[in-house]
Amino acid sequence: MKTKRLGLILVCLGAAGALASGAAWAQSKPLRVGMTLSDIPTTSGQPNGGFEGYRMTGYTLYDALINWKLDDAQGPSTLVPGLATEWKIDDKDTTKWIFKLRKGVKFHDGSEFNADAVVWNLDKLFKKDAPQHDARQTAQAAGRILSLKSWRKVDDHTIELTTHAPDSTFPYQTTYVFYSSPAQWEKLGRDWNKFSQQPSGTGPFRLEKLVARERAELVRNSNYWDAKRVARSQRVILLPIPEATTRASALLSGQVDFIEAPPPDFIPRLKSQGFQITSNVYPHIWPYFMSFREDSPWRDLRVRKAVNLAIDRDGIIKLLGGFGAPAAGAVDKSSPWFGKPAFDIKYDPAGAKKLLAEAGYSDAKPLTLKVMVSPSGSGQMLPRPMNEYIQQNLKAVGINLELVTQDWEVLRNCRRAGAGSPICQGVHGINNSSATVDPFSAFGRIYSSKAIAPKGFNYMHYSDPKVDAMVETSNNTFDEKKRDQLLGELHAYLVNQAVDVWVVHDVGPRALSSRVRGWVQVKHWFQDLAPVYVAD
Amino acid sequence: MLNYIIRRILYTIPIAIGVSLVVFALVHLAPGDPLSAVVGEVDQKMLAEMRASFGYDKPLPVQYLIWLGSALTGDMGYSLRTGVPVFKTLIDAATNTITIGVAAALLGFIVGVTAGMLAGYNHGAWLDKAVSSATITGVSIPPYWLAILVVIVFSVQLGWLPSMGAGTPTSTWSWDAWKHMILPVIALAAIPCAIVARTARACVMEILSQEFVEALRARGLSERRILLHVSRNALPTVLAVMGLQFAHLLGGSILVETVFSWPGTGYLLNLAIFDRDIPVLQGTILLLALFFVSINLVIDILQTWADPRISRG
Repeated sequence: MKTKRLGLILVCLGAAGALASGAAWAQSKPLRVGMTLSDIPTTSGQPNGGFEGYRMTGYTLYDALINWKLDDAQGPSTLVPGLATEWKIDDKDTTKWIFKLRKGVKFHDGSEFNADAVVWNLDKLFKKDAPQHDARQTAQAAGRILSLKSWRKVDDHTIELTTHAPDSTFPYQTTYVFYSSPAQWEKLGRDWNKFSQQPSGTGPFRLEKLVARERAELVRNSNYWDAKRVARSQRVILLPIPEATTRASALLSGQVDFIEAPPPDFIPRLKSQGFQITSNVYPHIWPYFMSFREDSPWRDLRVRKAVNLAIDRDGIIKLLGGFGAPAAGAVDKSSPWFGKPAFDIKYDPAGAKKLLAEAGYSDAKPLTLKVMVSPSGSGQMLPRPMNEYIQQNLKAVGINLELVTQDWEVLRNCRRAGAGSPICQGVHGINNSSATVDPFSAFGRIYSSKAIAPKGFNYMHYSDPKVDAMVETSNNTFDEKKRDQLLGELHAYLVNQAVDVWVVHDVGPRALSSRVRGWVQVKHWFQDLAPVYVAD
Repeated sequence: MLNYIIRRILYTIPIAIGVSLVVFALVHLAPGDPLSAVVGEVDQKMLAEMRASFGYDKPLPVQYLIWLGSALTGDMGYSLRTGVPVFKTLIDAATNTITIGVAAALLGFIVGVTAGMLAGYNHGAWLDKAVSSATITGVSIPPYWLAILVVIVFSVQLGWLPSMGAGTPTSTWSWDAWKHMILPVIALAAIPCAIVARTARACVMEILSQEFVEALRARGLSERRILLHVSRNALPTVLAVMGLQFAHLLGGSILVETVFSWPGTGYLLNLAIFDRDIPVLQGTILLLALFFVSINLVIDILQTWADPRISRG
């Protein structure tokens, strides 16, 4: 009888506990995020959808060996230990990197993260005959960790990664590779499609529900290994709302709490209704990459400088509702890699005209430039009005700018194929926004002659032995400060050579309900959703 | 009648094959690489390897035959973007589109037929003038503009209804499901309602002026019975228009579904175009094209039933 009574009491206590936890759950409002993406980025490990994918289902569900510091809005984001606690170059062989793995980290399914999991994941991406090889994930990651040649387990918590050549920027490349749970993949019948529905990573959130093209519901991973980054919100709901007006309407009507990229003409209204508007410059550049091939007028330094001086960047930023930062080079002035260029990129139409005259252009013999532009695309901001504004600016100094509008994918294909390829339709340049997150993406892949398209991303066919040497030297410099200084010199040289037309940096505006707390917009493409929550 | 139906069904086979060929050709003739939107920052060499692994390196006729063969068995491949089978993606999207399409058709047709017939019957009266003005407005307003307008009024200003999405309903009949449908249904129903009303009005007016109506009146039939005769005579034309409008509604509206982020076929098509998700794009266009072919077939048969002279022609 006593046993029965005790059982009853325990059941009642259990029920009361469940109710209490239910009540606590109910008090915690979910954070509903309106993304600009048209779909939920893939969740199996390597997200698609560009860097927005990394923000939404990358650094939320997963970790990299090295993560980004995403809690300081003032300085540029730096690398911080992630699944690796430390990393160092082998003193004897500068192509070998030793990574010490964090102990005690568990995947969401409870299995252990260790060196075997790292090897398994790298095999998943780069070993075509591995059972876990997933071409879709490879497609997202391969271009971001190009230096990786091989990998090897040293012991359960140590891994050795080897690069093709000495590359001091390699740690940056490791931030793009996430680690999925081998145990979960086995449990789900070795099926990546099933895994994407029930993924298991190590991140501060785990996926609870996924409805393709509609929503993803992430819930807090209370056992997250970094106590400082345990999610404040019990639940984050990601909603793809590609149409900007719909996104803003959803925020205004209370259907979401947080939207990315509110349309500029909605911002005054959002502000007046008490919504928070945040922005910050980040490693993004909206440029014209121009052809340096034989027949291109861009080979003349005076022309390059003239075009850069002819553009009224403040006017363009006004057009963007104030949400942009003028570019004085490929990276922002606050970047440690900006350096001290002698050529000051500013609005100087008189100077531009003078340079054009020196280059032999006049009203009788005007310069004509053809640039391929897209009506939309990732990081392209408001391409049509911005390009038309530049067209007017250039017209004022005697340059005819012909805009060849093609869809975003054609533009990207042209960039991959390189200047002069048939898909580029005879244009002198392309308006293709670019990320400058790490030294490789900012410089090596764009300006090195080794990366001339179609081999790499040097669309322009730009080849300068001095730049190649500077890229090489910085890759071989493993002292971070010294390397940053060298990159500053490289950037200053590129600006002095006016290699591209650098127009503006995006500042990534976001609009948040007045009840959203904990949001820190850092100077990065990636942002941290873990500290963000909706106050009750 | 039966021969006519069989003949019409047989006609649809070459049409369907032609449609599949055009769909495939259109998608593949667009400039750019089939994989460019789904791969990250990879170089040309890597892209070529990816192309081979997805089968896009084969000659186009071979790709077409492989695709057609699989599609005939219901296997339309996998979405390049999500990895979800195209067939399942299409079924989910079509269910959502049909849901609001049927609701918009019911709303639009009931209101349109009633208003149109009353206007036609009361030709020249204030009711006719009011219906005519409303229908001219209805056919002139772009549905996406109306969609934005109803969102601003009912979601943003009044806060009565959600502005986007299908919500997370626990069942089809829950209030959460209904309230997400109301605004898209209104935006979708406006044009069919106006077109059907105008057609019904014109038909009723034309039939009322015919001699047989005078003969019916002379025989002493009540106005209600006369209206029934008029309705029966107006039916084939109104039915044809309703059928086409219904097909348009079920085909999904890219613009309206995009404004509301409604996860139907129109929205799916829009996303597939921008994502260049070729298997989804091919599957969606093929499904919509075949759907229109089937709807036309059904309308033809219904018209034959309503007016047997058609099959004799």
